[in-house]
Amino acid sequence: MPEMLAAYAEVVGQDVITHLQQLARPLKGMKVVHVNSTRVGGGVAEILEKLVPLSNELGIDTRWEVISGNEDFYRCTKAMHNGLQGHRTPIADSLLKTYEEVNRKNAEQLRPQLEEADFVFIHDPQPAPLLGLCSNRRGRWVWRCHIDASRPYRPLWRYLRSHISPYDASIFSLPAFAQSLPHPEYIIAPSIDPLSEKNIDLDIAELDEVRRRFELDPDRPLILQVSRFDRFKDPVGVIEAHRLARKFIPGLQLVLAGGTATDDPEGGMVLQEVRQAAGDDPDIKILLLPPDAHRTINALQRASDIVIQKSTKEGFGLTVTEGLWKGKPVIGGDIGGIRLQVVNYHTGFLVRTPQGAALRIRYLLYRRDRMAEMGAKGRQFVRENFLLTRHLREYLTLIVGLLHGVQYRIELS
Amino acid sequence: MAAAKHNASSGSPAPFNLKDCTLIAIATGRKAFTLVEFRDHLREVAEDSVYHHFWGGLLGVRFEEREFNNDFAVWCRQHLHDPELAEQLAVVDPGEHRNLEGLRRELLDIIDERLDSSELSHWLRAEQPFEFIRSQLVIFATGKTLARPHELAAILPQVATGTIFYHFIDARRRLADGSDDFSAWLTGFGSRYEAFRYQLATIDPFFASLSQLRDELAGLCREHCERGES
Repeated sequence: MPEMLAAYAEVVGQDVITHLQQLARPLKGMKVVHVNSTRVGGGVAEILEKLVPLSNELGIDTRWEVISGNEDFYRCTKAMHNGLQGHRTPIADSLLKTYEEVNRKNAEQLRPQLEEADFVFIHDPQPAPLLGLCSNRRGRWVWRCHIDASRPYRPLWRYLRSHISPYDASIFSLPAFAQSLPHPEYIIAPSIDPLSEKNIDLDIAELDEVRRRFELDPDRPLILQVSRFDRFKDPVGVIEAHRLARKFIPGLQLVLAGGTATDDPEGGMVLQEVRQAAGDDPDIKILLLPPDAHRTINALQRASDIVIQKSTKEGFGLTVTEGLWKGKPVIGGDIGGIRLQVVNYHTGFLVRTPQGAALRIRYLLYRRDRMAEMGAKGRQFVRENFLLTRHLREYLTLIVGLLHGVQYRIELS
Repeated sequence: MAAAKHNASSGSPAPFNLKDCTLIAIATGRKAFTLVEFRDHLREVAEDSVYHHFWGGLLGVRFEEREFNNDFAVWCRQHLHDPELAEQLAVVDPGEHRNLEGLRRELLDIIDERLDSSELSHWLRAEQPFEFIRSQLVIFATGKTLARPHELAAILPQVATGTIFYHFIDARRRLADGSDDFSAWLTGFGSRYEAFRYQLATIDPFFASLSQLRDELAGLCREHCERGES
């Protein structure tokens, strides 16, 4: 068995890998291309980093292409990201022109392989116009939306819809995110990779080293939120929750660890607001980590008692999945994909306000027995539902589904 | 059906072709916030959507401890906050219906009755809507063929959960008597596996995960098939 598949079999079980191999057999030799806008940073890049080589080990010729753009392009696509999440800010025509121009330039380079591919998966709005720029395409094209687009800013959606409607299908992370489109809208939750640097088991010495590096006291409780410095992740609300909970738990430590992504120009501004809110509180650590600090994030998640993800908008919330995989209860915002993962009193708590988060922090740190119980349940829940192998299985199923049209039952010979 | 026809020359059933399956969910765009909207959509959705909300969850993302056996009841309890209706919907047994139209009719009757008897049920509005989903089921061969029941006992602990879904859950919709593929195959061996078939029929497939079901089936199979072969 190829090396990667064998390694995954150790974690998910041989039955899961055999299942993937049998499902992939009729698809062998097929050419598949994934396109997104960043090689590092953010959940999409993390998924593709392993999904692509695993597909290749199953015999499907899979490539990953990244489009590149200038500052205005990323300003535009960041505004699109926000707009899809409901932020009501119009995007200037000049920025939309840049968006289309950048896509045209990228199409010049990518056109030959996109046009000859059997399946093309376009991730998020950044490369969405590519389909319209590949007129001789022969395969099927699928638009994959990783964003909570349940209540998009309508003028923006009208614009994007014109690029997305001609696709053969689209994929959303949750049914609630799906928008009316003239093609099948598949529902695929994202996943985490149990063998990545961010999720593999670490030894105690490595956790101790990270605690020392960031001056975290191992004898005092620690809560953590890992996310980009983005208003929708509500880092300021987490600081408020920490302050409220600390009245009852003196010595409670908070780490806000923010990665940066090359396609997020707003991060710096939000980071400033967060620093201002934290003031000179020695128990609040704001860490700006480089995009490849996966092992550090892994160690921080394992060293913490509770993982927080108090987002007010969230596509899926992979940091929630990561926290659960590390056996931590998660306190998450009651929105989007977090609802799918956090089950009150079983894997953590859903909250709507900093006050709600503070209350649950106090409860969990008082009821350590429940924390351990929830942690174990959360890990098993992720093992069965949110690992990369399930994600890959659904992509393969979608490919088979699209090859066979709309019928409900497809029996492969 | 996976268990092929009788093997005339040997007098025993034809080999059992072990299959596997996987399912992918597709949004229908239909969502309901109130019971009236819910009933209206339920009337019109494709039969496959009704099937998905009873059985599809077993192959999709689900939390281990499911309180009710179908998504409709869960929504009425958790989001519409109508526990009485949730309980009534939860006892609906899809196995009692030979087709999905009959199942849909029973659900609609329960909902209509609730709307007739409770004025409040017309006005309740869920915070989260019920999203109607349909799905595509892809069935594929595993390449494994079983000649005798003791081979089933050996292989069951290692099969994918999709195999359990296809032969033990999905079969109820395919087979005329509403049983499962394993029972149907074992019937071909005469009365030798009668006790095993009886035990299979007593398993309630709604509340366990597919991997728990696999373990339960493997245990029963080991016990009965080893005895049956001796």
